[in-house]
Amino acid sequence: MALLEVDDLHIEARSEQGEVLPIVKGVSFEVQRGEVMALIGESGSGKTTIALSSLGYTKPGLEFAGGEVRLDGRDVITMPSLERRDMRGRKVAYLAQSAAATFNPALTIGEQVTESAVLHGILNQEEANRRAEELYRTLELPDPDRLGRRYPHQVSGGQLQRLMAAMALCGKPDLLVLDEPTTALDVTTQIEVLKAFKRVIKEEGSAAIYVTHDLSVVAQIADHIVVLYAGEVQEMGTADDVISRPTHDYTRRLMAAVRPPPAAGQGDAASEEHLRDSPALETRKVNAGYGRKLDGSVAMKVLFDIDVSIERGQVVGVIGESGCGKSTLARVMAGLTPAFAGDVLLDGSRLAASVPERERDELRKVQFVFQMADTALNPKQRIDEIIGRPIEFYLGLKGEAKRKRVLDLLDMVELPYEFAGRYPEELSGGQKQRVNLARALAADPEVLLCDEVTSALDTIVGANVIQLLRSLKDRTGVSFVFISHDLSTVASFADEIVVLYAGRVVEKGPVDEVLSPPFHPYTRLLISSVPELRVGWMEEMLATSTAQAGIDRVVQITEVGCPYYDRCPLAVPGTCNEHTAPERRIAERHFIECHREIEELVRFSHN
Amino acid sequence: MTESVAKVAAPGTVVGTQFEELPDAPPKRKLKFTPVGKVAISIVCFWLVIVVIGPWISPYHEADLIADDSFTPSGEYCSEWEEGMCSFHVLGTDYLGRDVLSRIIYGARTTIGVSFAATVLAYIIGVIFGIAAAVGGSKLDMGLSRVNDAFISIPHIMMGLVIIAAVGSTIPILIVTAGCIYATTVFRISRALALDVMVSDFVESARARGEGLWWIIRREILPNIAMPLATDFGLRLVFIILFISSLSFLGLGVQPPDSDWGSMVKENLQGLVYGSLSPIAPAIAIATLTISINLIVDDVSAHAGGRLAKRML
Repeated sequence: MALLEVDDLHIEARSEQGEVLPIVKGVSFEVQRGEVMALIGESGSGKTTIALSSLGYTKPGLEFAGGEVRLDGRDVITMPSLERRDMRGRKVAYLAQSAAATFNPALTIGEQVTESAVLHGILNQEEANRRAEELYRTLELPDPDRLGRRYPHQVSGGQLQRLMAAMALCGKPDLLVLDEPTTALDVTTQIEVLKAFKRVIKEEGSAAIYVTHDLSVVAQIADHIVVLYAGEVQEMGTADDVISRPTHDYTRRLMAAVRPPPAAGQGDAASEEHLRDSPALETRKVNAGYGRKLDGSVAMKVLFDIDVSIERGQVVGVIGESGCGKSTLARVMAGLTPAFAGDVLLDGSRLAASVPERERDELRKVQFVFQMADTALNPKQRIDEIIGRPIEFYLGLKGEAKRKRVLDLLDMVELPYEFAGRYPEELSGGQKQRVNLARALAADPEVLLCDEVTSALDTIVGANVIQLLRSLKDRTGVSFVFISHDLSTVASFADEIVVLYAGRVVEKGPVDEVLSPPFHPYTRLLISSVPELRVGWMEEMLATSTAQAGIDRVVQITEVGCPYYDRCPLAVPGTCNEHTAPERRIAERHFIECHREIEELVRFSHN
Repeated sequence: MTESVAKVAAPGTVVGTQFEELPDAPPKRKLKFTPVGKVAISIVCFWLVIVVIGPWISPYHEADLIADDSFTPSGEYCSEWEEGMCSFHVLGTDYLGRDVLSRIIYGARTTIGVSFAATVLAYIIGVIFGIAAAVGGSKLDMGLSRVNDAFISIPHIMMGLVIIAAVGSTIPILIVTAGCIYATTVFRISRALALDVMVSDFVESARARGEGLWWIIRREILPNIAMPLATDFGLRLVFIILFISSLSFLGLGVQPPDSDWGSMVKENLQGLVYGSLSPIAPAIAIATLTISINLIVDDVSAHAGGRLAKRML
C-alpha cells in the first residue's frame, strides 16, 4: 500500500458572494514510502493547496469538496481533529518556503528544532537534542555540538533553510512536505541546500512531496513528477520519463521556459556603432556603503572602486550572489544611495551623488525598476495614476495627452487598456511587473536600472517579461542595467556582463567572452552552479574542485586582498589574501581581476 | 535559446493562448458589518439624530425646574401644592426636579459635540506632528518623540485636572485640553503608520523620481494610512467621551445649568438611594454610545486586517 494516496481530490474556494471557484479539480496520485514526489506548476496551479491537503489542512477560505487523501490508509480529511493534530508532526511534517519567516528570532535554534518532537511526546528533550545533533551532522551544518544553542540570526540563509529540514525531521515523520524550499535562494546556496535535502531524505528513508515551479531543481531530487495546471494533472510519471520524454504540451512549455545553462553564443552580437559616443552611463572608481561612524567615515563599505560603463542601447548584466553589492550599485546610479567617492557620469557629464541634488531631466533619464512589483506599486493608486505621474512630472503632459500616453505605454507592455482603471491588487504578479516597467518607461528614459525584476516570478512568467524587455530594447533604444543572481537569464538578455563579488568587479566583458574560457574562478562557480535539466547533474557538479571550494560558504567583504580568497580553488596563500588582485586585460573589453596568470586561468577553465 | 523563449512567450501564438498567465490576485473584499455591528451603527445613528433635532423633540428645556419635588419616579407627577399642575416624566426628574429625559437629549449635544470637537483637534495636532516625525529625519523624530513620551507618561485625567483647575472650566478650554492631551496618542499611531509606509518601495520609487516631500505625504502616505487612522478616530472619540464625562463627574467639566451625561451621573448620585432613574439613564446613554462605536471599530479593523488591531493596543 502506498504511504499517501490522493484520490479524486476536489478543493474549492467560496467568495463572499457565495460563488464557488474550483481550485483543485479531481487530482489523484500516490506517494510510495521512501520516494520523492514532485508537484510542479506555476503559481495558481494548486500545487501548494494539494501538498497541504496531505496534512488535512486547507488555507482559510478554501474547503475540501470531495475525494480522499489517505495517509497509511486513513483519510485525513474526515479524521477527527484531535487525531489529525496528533498525526501532524508525527507522520507528516511541513517545510515552508521562507526559513527566515519560519524561525522565531527570540528562541534558540535547538529549542525550535526539537519543539515539535517533544510536544508530540515522540522523544523527551534529551533524546530530541541528540536526534537534532545527528540531523545537523547529516545536513552538514557547521559545529553540530553547539549549533542548537545559537540563535537564527547567527547562521546564514542557506543554513537556516537546512535547519528547517532538521526541524521537520526531528519527530521522524513518514512524509515530508517541502514547499518551494530553494526558490528564493541564489544558485550556489540552492545547490548547498538541495544536496543536504537529498542526503537527509535518503538517510532517513522518509517520503517527500516537493513543491516547485523549477523543473531543473526537480530533476536533481525527485523520483516521480506530477505536472499541474489550473488544478488538474497534466502529466505524471517517473522523473526520467517526464524530463526526457515529455508528452504533454504544457510540460514542454515549462521545459522551454527553463533557462538552459549559460554558454557563449547566446547574447546579441554587439554592434560597433555605439562605440563612437560616450557611454550612456558610466561609473568611475565608485565607492559606497551604509551607515556612518562617529568620525564621519562609512561604517560598512559595500562597493570598492567600481568601474562600469553602459554603452548606448546596450544591456549590461550584473551578476553575483546575494550580498555582493549588486543592488547597491544600481542604487548608487539612481542616486538613492549616494557614493562617498567616485563619480557617476551620464552622457559623459558628471551627475550629483544624491537624488535631491540632481536636475529633474537627469533624473528622468535614469529610471529604477524595483524588484518586487507587489511593494513597488502604491496599493491606493489606480494603474493610470501610477503610470501617469511620471508623464506629468517629467514631460508636463496633462489631460488627454497624458491619457493617450498612458494607453500607449499599456500597449507597449502588452496589457489591455481596461487595466488603466484597476488597482494593483487586482493584477497578477507578472502583470504588476509590467506596470512597474511601464512606469519607468513613462519617463522616456535613456537608462533603465532593473533590479532582479524576474526573480520573484515563475519560470514562464519570467520568460515572458524578459521577452518584453527585449522587444522594448529594440523599439526604444533604451540602455539597460540588468541585475540578477540568475546567470542564465542574464546570459540570454545582456550584451555585456559584470561579475560582482563582495563589492568588487572580478570580471567584466562582452557576454560571449565572459561565458567562454578563461574564467575568473568565481564566474566559473556561478556558471557551473546553474542547475541543468537532467537527472544526476548535481552529483557530477559537486565532485568538481570549484564546487568543493566554493559551495556552502558565505560572501565576506574584506578590505585587504582578493575577497574570493577563501572560496577559490586556485588561491595562493600569501599573495591572494594580502594584495589586491591586478586587473588583467584578456581582450579589448574583457577584464579579469586575478593574481593568477591568464594561462593558468585558461588551464583551470578547461578542467 | 532566444528562439525557444520567443516561441513560448510571444502572445497570440497557439501555445501562449492555451496556457495564459494565471491571476494570483485575491478577490476584492467589501466592508461588511456583522449583525452586532449593524445594531451598533443604528444606535450611533440614533444618537446623532438626537444631537441634530434634540431641542425640537425634547419635552421640556434642560434647565426648567418643573416638579417641585426631587427624584420623582417615572410617570405622571402632580404638584402637592397647586391643584391641576401635572406633568409627565418618562424617566422621572432629577435632584432639582428637572426632566431627566430632556436633560439627556440636551446633554447629547454637549457630550458628543465637545468630544467630537476635541477628537478632531487631537487628530489635527497628532497627525501633523506624527507625519512630520516620520518624514523629517531622525533628529526631528527623536526630538518630537521624546517630548511626546514625556507628556504621554502623565496620566490623562491628572493632567486634565491640573490644567482645568488652573485656567478654569469653559467649553472651549475643555475642548482644547482634551484635544491636546489625546494628541499624544494620535501622534504615536500616525508616526508608526507613516514610518511603515515611508520605507516601502513605492515611496522609494517616488523619491527616486525626484518627488517633493509634500507630494509624497499627500499622495503616497496619507491614502495608505487614512483607513487605520479613521478606525482609530472612533476609538479615540470613545476615550474622549469617557474623559470629558469623568471630568464632569468630578465637577470640573461642563458646568451647570448646561447638561452633560457625566455631570448628570454625579449630580444625581444620591438618587440611587431612592431608586431613581436619574443617575442610571445618563450612564446607560454613555455606555450605549461608547460600546457601539467600539463595535463598529471592531468590524472595520477586522476588515482592514489584524495588523491594524494590534497597532491600536
